[in-house]
Amino acid sequence: MSAIGLKDVRKSYGSVEVISSIDLDIEQGEFVVFVGPSGCGKSTLLRMIAGLEGIDGGTLSIDGVVANDIAPARRGIAMVFQSYALYPHMSVYENLAFSLRIAHVDKAEIDRRVRNAAAMLQLEPYLSRRPRALSGGQRQRVAIGRAIVREAKVFLFDEPLSNLDAALRVATRIEIAKLKERLPDTTMIYVTHDQVEAMTLADRIVVLNGGNVEQVGRPVELYESPANLFVAGFIGSPAMNFLPCRLEHQGERTLVQIDGAEQTAIAFGSGGRSGAEAGTLGVRPESLHIAEAGAALITGMVELVEHLGEVTILYVAAGLGQPVLAKLSKTQDFAKGDRVSLSAASTDLYAFDASGDALPRLG
Amino acid sequence: MRRDGGGAMAVSRGGRAWPLRSRGVGRSASSVGDWRAALVFLTPWLLGMVLLTALPMIGSAVLSFTNYDLLSVPRWVGTANYQRLLTRDARYLHSLEVTTVYVLVSVPLSVTVALIIAVSLSATTRLANFFRGVFYLPSLLGGSVAIGVLWRQLFGSDGLVNAVLGVFGAEGTSWIGDPRYALSTLILLHVWQFGAPMVIFLAGVRQIPKEVVEATIMDGANPVQRFFRITLPLLSPLILFNLVMQTITAFQAFVPAYVISDGTGGPVDSTLFYTLYLYLEGFRNFRMGYAMAMAWILLFIIGAFTALAFWASRFWVHYES
Repeated sequence: MSAIGLKDVRKSYGSVEVISSIDLDIEQGEFVVFVGPSGCGKSTLLRMIAGLEGIDGGTLSIDGVVANDIAPARRGIAMVFQSYALYPHMSVYENLAFSLRIAHVDKAEIDRRVRNAAAMLQLEPYLSRRPRALSGGQRQRVAIGRAIVREAKVFLFDEPLSNLDAALRVATRIEIAKLKERLPDTTMIYVTHDQVEAMTLADRIVVLNGGNVEQVGRPVELYESPANLFVAGFIGSPAMNFLPCRLEHQGERTLVQIDGAEQTAIAFGSGGRSGAEAGTLGVRPESLHIAEAGAALITGMVELVEHLGEVTILYVAAGLGQPVLAKLSKTQDFAKGDRVSLSAASTDLYAFDASGDALPRLG
Repeated sequence: MRRDGGGAMAVSRGGRAWPLRSRGVGRSASSVGDWRAALVFLTPWLLGMVLLTALPMIGSAVLSFTNYDLLSVPRWVGTANYQRLLTRDARYLHSLEVTTVYVLVSVPLSVTVALIIAVSLSATTRLANFFRGVFYLPSLLGGSVAIGVLWRQLFGSDGLVNAVLGVFGAEGTSWIGDPRYALSTLILLHVWQFGAPMVIFLAGVRQIPKEVVEATIMDGANPVQRFFRITLPLLSPLILFNLVMQTITAFQAFVPAYVISDGTGGPVDSTLFYTLYLYLEGFRNFRMGYAMAMAWILLFIIGAFTALAFWASRFWVHYES
């Protein structure tokens, strides 16, 4: 029995469908990250699970019980908001204790839980302070503490780190990962548009786009085997390069040939198709290396060089409109205007058909 | 002396204008030219302040220590006016009592009504917008003479209120003619004009972040708990503001009582507001020095109430920043 089950869940605002038929099962104790560009519906989906948004169609079940119409507070779910949403007129202690006081938990128990959460989050010295006297990171910890004291089965995080500066974001991200370790039975659902957060925190990532689930999988799975062009382009930084190519389906296999490339055609699984079509070849910037003679995948002029120390990023104009990015290790001696030839191992290439779906690999 | 409480007018005007002046002076310290420019810009305000506020206030302060009937030369009597007011004038003490009851009942009542209506109308639907407009209307009409007259018609012995009561078989009385009820009708009139504080509360309710409200929902607070534990404390600075402003205007209330009692404060002095008694003494009995002493006492009463409200605010008002 899954902790959270979504079956054909839908949501519309007027005639605009923001969530269209989502099916998803989340196991107890799992850390699931919803990721996607702005407006993809990830926050809406989270708020539907919380009960802050109604569900127009389909069923939401929590521990196997249909929860569409259960009041938010009775779903056993706690939420951490992007803006922290602390009660400004209450001390940290009162903020943490608020939900328990509302639920008439006895005083000693409230005190035990509040102090326990404060210890877990290193908030003990600040219990008597008001939120305005706390730093951004401390406020975020209080917001997380509010979820902890409720001993909720499910924690929802709505872009909890986006109001923090870069250094604090990394530190708080690590704290959330540690928190997950200390609460192994708590299911956590986390919304972000930051793929680093998604990759580092998630047991499973749900990639959303335009109200649809594009792919669900472990972080490495999404990186290594993206199901389609959208996921391939969304996961990984800098983003995957896309090169127009020709797909020739030949029985069991499909030959992929890039116009003008010296590198020989690469074979993919055809999925039983036949004929030929235009497709897209994907190659990650970090998979590209300087080509040996006669084996170039891409040849072009260096437009821009970014020296980052551990890597050098080349922007190569190869007549595709968009420059091709190559992420080469260490400092490389390139300058604007240099002509370069790049290639990649055939195992590092991805092929997508005309509708954007990935072709399977051979073998 | 202004009938509507010249003293308090001076307080609010002075309060608004003072930072303007000090800023002008600070910036112009560098050169004489700046000084001159500052003076030119300040002249209209300075003229108004000196001629219409400062001089009349000084004049009334001086005259409050005299007997002055508007026609003959004022005669210095020292603190006799004040002594008589505070110790021997039973009618004055009665007017003070009537006014205090009026303030203590009508102000909390109107602020409470304004708060409740504002919270219930905080939605941005078209219907809520319509009702906001309707509820604000009485405040636009305000304490005008016309509304006073209308109130007299409503609560008179053959007024609309009694007509409605008659439909239900109840027999009304002349609400404004009965000393037991006359003050209550005036309190009702004040409460009816809750639009101004309502608008301020509405702005405050809209300022409460949506996510904070959602956090209370997730925490399991019902609407009543949300109101008392979140909305009310977060609106407390505005509650203080409205209480102070309403108290000041209520102490200075004049027109409704004047219209309803035909300028007498009747029946049996039951609507004898402070300012009405002041007016009667000054302009009917021509005891202008005496009236001015009353005005100054009123100024101190209002000042004391305001100071008390601000002092007490530290215990219940939550400022966010």
